[in-house]
Amino acid sequence: MMLAIDFVVVAVIFVAAVGAMSCKNLVSSVLLGGLASLVASYLFLRMGAPDVAMTEAAIGAALTTVIFLVATRRTQEVEE
Amino acid sequence: MAETLVLVALGIALLAGMLATVQLVRGPDAATRAVALDAITLITLPMMVGLALVVGRSIYIDVALVYAILSFLGVVAFARYLDRGI
Amino acid sequence: METFTAVLGVAGGVIAVIGALFLFLGALGIYRMPDVYNRLHAGTKATTLGNILTLVGFGLTHPEWLPKIALVVLFVILTNPLSSHALARAAIRSGVRPVAGTTSDEDCALTGGQKP
Repeated sequence: MMLAIDFVVVAVIFVAAVGAMSCKNLVSSVLLGGLASLVASYLFLRMGAPDVAMTEAAIGAALTTVIFLVATRRTQEVEE
Repeated sequence: MAETLVLVALGIALLAGMLATVQLVRGPDAATRAVALDAITLITLPMMVGLALVVGRSIYIDVALVYAILSFLGVVAFARYLDRGI
Repeated sequence: METFTAVLGVAGGVIAVIGALFLFLGALGIYRMPDVYNRLHAGTKATTLGNILTLVGFGLTHPEWLPKIALVVLFVILTNPLSSHALARAAIRSGVRPVAGTTSDEDCALTGGQKP
């Protein structure tokens, strides 16, 4: 049962990563990257590394999202 | 009996996560995607706690706690972005 | 005492399955509803309730972990209505219009927008 859940979760991270690469809207790409980070955190936890999962949660959910959003806003200001 | 019910709950939560993932990928605008990502975060928290129950290590619950706090920060940052705050 | 723990475990499992069904209903609402505000309504309320029920059910199957799980539930209760409110406010201020048929004249006067 847990192995079947693992296969589905790996499929979800694949879909999220491909969507983040192919999406035209930058903010949507940031959100899809957030999903990939969330699923990666679950997979780290599944592989028995709670410390790595906690670091991935802190970096992927908060730091990367905020920095990408700020960078997108700044580049929009420059382009306008 | 209880272990089987925990596994069934994990399976149903995984189905819910797949459905929200479909909406996250095909969503028409960014606000819809943010709603779907918020829902997926809330679905993943019980999956992490259920994994802690299955494996039998209580340290896994801390990861769910950290994620519950930090995902709130990400959603609020996105709301500020839509609102032209940052 | 043995039978009490077993009954508590089975009750926790049943509560967890009910909560997982609520999570599924929330995701189904996100999949089916027409616009952002309907999705927020379906997605956040049902998912918050499902989250609370599932976590409490999981905690009842392992009663010695219940305080830690109650902390997660407390954070979800505190933060999730706040984040959904912030999302709805940002969406309506950034110009996302509600779909036709779900808004009234009073709402339009409140937000200063046109009736779609």
